[in-house]
Amino acid sequence: MEMPRPEDAVIARRGEILDALRRIVPGDGVIADDAAMRAYECDGLTAYRQMPLIVVLPSSVEQIAQVMTYCRSQGVKIVPRGAGTSLSGGALPLADGITLGLGKFNRIVEVDYANRCVVAQPGVTNLAITQAVEGDGFYYAPDPSSQIACSIGGNVAENSGGVHCLKYGLTTNNLLGLQMVTMDGEIIRLGGKHLDAGGYDLMGIVTGSEGLLGVITEVTVRILPKPPVARALLIGFASSVAAGDCVASIIAAGIIPGGMEMMDRPAIHAVEAFVHAGYPLDVEAILIVELDGPDAEVDFLVERVRHIATARGAVSVRVSENEEQRLLFWAGRKAAFPAVGRISPDYYCMDGTIPRHRLPEVLSRMAEASVRYGLGVANVFHAGDGNLHPLILYDANKPGELEKAEEFGSEILRLCVEVGGVLTGEHGVGVEKRDLMGTMFSEDDLKQQQRLKCAFDPALLLNPGKVFPTLHRCAELGRVHIHGGETRFPDLPRF
Amino acid sequence: MPDDEEGVRDAILGALAEAAPLEILGNATKRTIGRPVTASRTLSLAGLTGITLYEPEELVLTARAGTALAEIETVLAEKNQCLAFEPPDWRAMLRSAGEQTIGGIVASNLAGPRRIRAGAARDHFLGARMVTGRGEVVKIGGRVVKNVTGYDLCKLLAGSYGTLAALTEITLKVLPAAEKTRTVLVFGLDDEAAQQAMTGALSSPNDVSAAAHIPADLAASSAVGYVVSAGASVTALRIEGPEPSVEARCAALREAMGAFGPVEELHFHNSQKFWREIGDVAFFVDGGESETAPVWRISVPPAAAPSVVAEIRRSLEGAHYTDWGGGLIWFRPATGEDAGDKDGGAAILRAAIDGCGGHATLIRGSASLRGRVGVFQPQPGALAALSARIKEGYDPAHILNPGRMVARPPVEGT
Repeated sequence: MEMPRPEDAVIARRGEILDALRRIVPGDGVIADDAAMRAYECDGLTAYRQMPLIVVLPSSVEQIAQVMTYCRSQGVKIVPRGAGTSLSGGALPLADGITLGLGKFNRIVEVDYANRCVVAQPGVTNLAITQAVEGDGFYYAPDPSSQIACSIGGNVAENSGGVHCLKYGLTTNNLLGLQMVTMDGEIIRLGGKHLDAGGYDLMGIVTGSEGLLGVITEVTVRILPKPPVARALLIGFASSVAAGDCVASIIAAGIIPGGMEMMDRPAIHAVEAFVHAGYPLDVEAILIVELDGPDAEVDFLVERVRHIATARGAVSVRVSENEEQRLLFWAGRKAAFPAVGRISPDYYCMDGTIPRHRLPEVLSRMAEASVRYGLGVANVFHAGDGNLHPLILYDANKPGELEKAEEFGSEILRLCVEVGGVLTGEHGVGVEKRDLMGTMFSEDDLKQQQRLKCAFDPALLLNPGKVFPTLHRCAELGRVHIHGGETRFPDLPRF
Repeated sequence: MPDDEEGVRDAILGALAEAAPLEILGNATKRTIGRPVTASRTLSLAGLTGITLYEPEELVLTARAGTALAEIETVLAEKNQCLAFEPPDWRAMLRSAGEQTIGGIVASNLAGPRRIRAGAARDHFLGARMVTGRGEVVKIGGRVVKNVTGYDLCKLLAGSYGTLAALTEITLKVLPAAEKTRTVLVFGLDDEAAQQAMTGALSSPNDVSAAAHIPADLAASSAVGYVVSAGASVTALRIEGPEPSVEARCAALREAMGAFGPVEELHFHNSQKFWREIGDVAFFVDGGESETAPVWRISVPPAAAPSVVAEIRRSLEGAHYTDWGGGLIWFRPATGEDAGDKDGGAAILRAAIDGCGGHATLIRGSASLRGRVGVFQPQPGALAALSARIKEGYDPAHILNPGRMVARPPVEGT
C-alpha cells in the first residue's frame, strides 16, 4: 500500500503553514511537536502509521472554514479526523497534510422531541446521543461496535452500521441533516429536520464519502422510541450450512429480527473462554437472534423463531428469560474482537458482504486458504445482511506475517466480490481496501465516482490517497472520451 | 426505443455526436413533474424490461429499468414481500396513463405514507447500471443490502429525474409484507390537535407505520365509508405487523388517542384503500375543471406543519392535508392561482417554510407555470453551484433531460 508521494515543497513550508494556522486557531488548538502528534499517527487500523505535518483542533465552524480556505489557497492537504476509530485507515495522516481533528466539537446542540431528532456536533460519540434521550424513552438506532468511542461525524463520514442495521438501517437511513464546510471554505447545510432533498441528494452522497468531500460540522439524526422489550435466542447448529438455512427461513417467514448474528467454532471457543457467556462448545455455529418491539409481538415472534430453528435442526435453543440473560448472550458476541485478541498476538478484521446463500462456499474456501497461509481465522457474521467479519490471526512480531495476513485478507475480499458481494459492508474502503476497488469496479466506474470528488474538491486536497487507487486530475476527468472503435460516431465533436 | 443497454448507449452517443438533447422517459407517467424539457428526441427505457434477479431470502431484486412496477409488486407478493417504501401511484392526479416503471419510481425518489418508518426509494436502492451523458456504461453500488464500498451514488441518482444518466438496471432491497394492517382513526381534530396526536402516537412504542391528517373538506371525498360518514376531519394512524402484535398495539393506541377525540378502527381492506388515497393524492384528482391545477408537495419538520399551513393560508386560499406525521403537506391552491403570470402560490409557500427549513415541489402544474416558477426548491448559491458541477461530471454536454430540474445555464461558446 503506497500513499501519494508527499510534496517536499509543502513540507519545506511547514513553519510558515504553522504560523498561519496558529493565527486562525489560537491557544492549544494547533499541535506541532512530535510527542503530542504521536496520538494522531494512526486510527483503528494500527498497521499503518504516518506522522501528520501538523494537527489542528479548531473550536468553531468559522475556524474550520478559515483553515480550509487557507489550505485551499496554499495547496495544503487536509485529513479530517473524528474519534480515530476507523478500521480502514480513513484518518491515516499524510506527511504533507494537516490532520483536522473535530474532537472539540463535543456538544449536543438540541434535543427536539416534537420532531424526534437530535442535533449534535460531530465529535459527540454515537452512544452519547442515545444517552441524551434514553431517559425519555428514545434512542439512536445505528450502533457500531465502537459506539462508546466513535463520533457521530465519523459515523456519517463512514456510513456506519452495527448489529441492528438490517431492521433499522445504516447511518444514511437515520440522518436528517448536516452542516459541512467544503474545501472552498463554504459553510453549507444539507437537509434539516425534514425528509428527502429538494434537488440532488447531496447529503446522501456526503454520507459514507470517507472525508473526501467536506468536513462535517453538525449532524441532525432521527431518534426512535425505544422498543418496550427485547429478547434473544441463542441457537446452536451442527454446521454453518444449517445455521445459514435457519437465517434464510426466518427471513422467508417474514421476520426481520432486530439483530441476527452468527459465529463459527473458532470464534465461539475464543469468546467462551473469555467471557463465559454459556455458549455451547459442541457446535459448529451459533446464531443470536434478537427480537425487539411490543411485548405481544416479541413473545409471538420468539416462538416462531424457536419453531423454525428446531425445524432447521438446531442442536440447542435457549431463549433469554430476562434482561441479564439477554445481555449475557450478547456479551460474547460483543467481546468477539478482544476475545480473539487474547488467543492471538494480533488479528486483522475483514468486512466483506456476501449474498448469504454463498456462505458455506465462502467459509470452506476460507478454511482452505487458512491452511495454505498457515494463519487461523475466526468468523463473526452479521447474518441477516450477509456482512462477514473474518478475523485473521497473526503475529506482527514474526517477520512476514503481517504481509501474509494482508494477502489472506485480500484473497477473502476478492472472494466476496467473486460470489456477488462487496469489499466492505460497514468499515469503509480507506487505505485498507483502496487497491482492491478495481476488483469491484471498472476504470470507467471509478472515474465516474471521482468526478463527484471533482465537483466538491477539484484540487484533490481532501483526504487524498483514500478510497481510490488512482488519483486522476479533474481536468483530465472532465474531458469527454470516446474510445476508438467502440462507437458508431467516430467523428464525435468534443464539448 | 432501445431494448437493451447497448441500444441506450448508442442513442446517447448519437445525441452527443449531434448535440441533440434527449428527453429520458419510461412510460411517461411522471413526465409532467419538473420544468418542461427542451429536447429534440425522446429516449424511452420502457423497452428494457424484465426481472433479472429475485432472491427473496436475500431481500434483493434486480430488474431492468423499464420493468413495470405492477409486475414487480406481483412477483414480490407471491413471496409475501413488498417494496417497503410504498411507491405511490400519481397517474390519476397527473392524468397520465400506462404502467409506471421501476426506473421512473427510483429516478423520482418516490415514497408513500410509510416513508417515516421505512424510508423512500433512496433508502432501498442498492445498485444500478446506467449510461451517463458521456455515453459511458457505469455500475454503482452492489446487490447486497449492506455496502459502503465507494461513494453512495444510488442516493445521487434517486431523485435526479434522468438528468445525470439513463438508468438501465436497478437493484432494490425488498422486505416482508406486513401480515396484518389496521388503522386507528381520530375524528374532528383541528390541525394543531391532530399534530399533537400524531406526534404522541409516533413517540409511543406502538411502532406506527404511517400518520396522516385529512381535514373535513377533503375527508368528505374519501372512498372509505367510515371516513366520509364521520363528517369531520380524520387523523389516521396505521399499525402493521403480526396479528397478536397489531391487536395489542391498536388497543394501546386507541386508548391513548381517546384523549383527543372519538376513535374508530379500519381493518385490512379499508386501511389499504384509505392509505392508497393518501399516498396517491386521490383528494386532488380534480373533477375535470382543470387538469393542471397546481398541486404542491411540501416537506417540512413535522411539528412545524400546523404553523406552516396557517402561514400559507393567511395569504392563499386552497385545500391541504398532511402525511408523514405532519412532515409532508399536500397543498392545492384555489382555482386561478396559476392564471396569467401568477406563480401558483410558489412565493407564499416558499416564504412559509423559510423559517423552519424544507422544500416545496410543484408536482402538478401547467407547462407554462412549470416553465416560469422553480418546480424544485431553489437552492442557495453554494449548493446550486455544487449541483451544477455534479451534473457537469455526468452530463457535460447537457443532453439528458436538459432544464428539467433547474433552468439550463447559458451555453458557452458554440
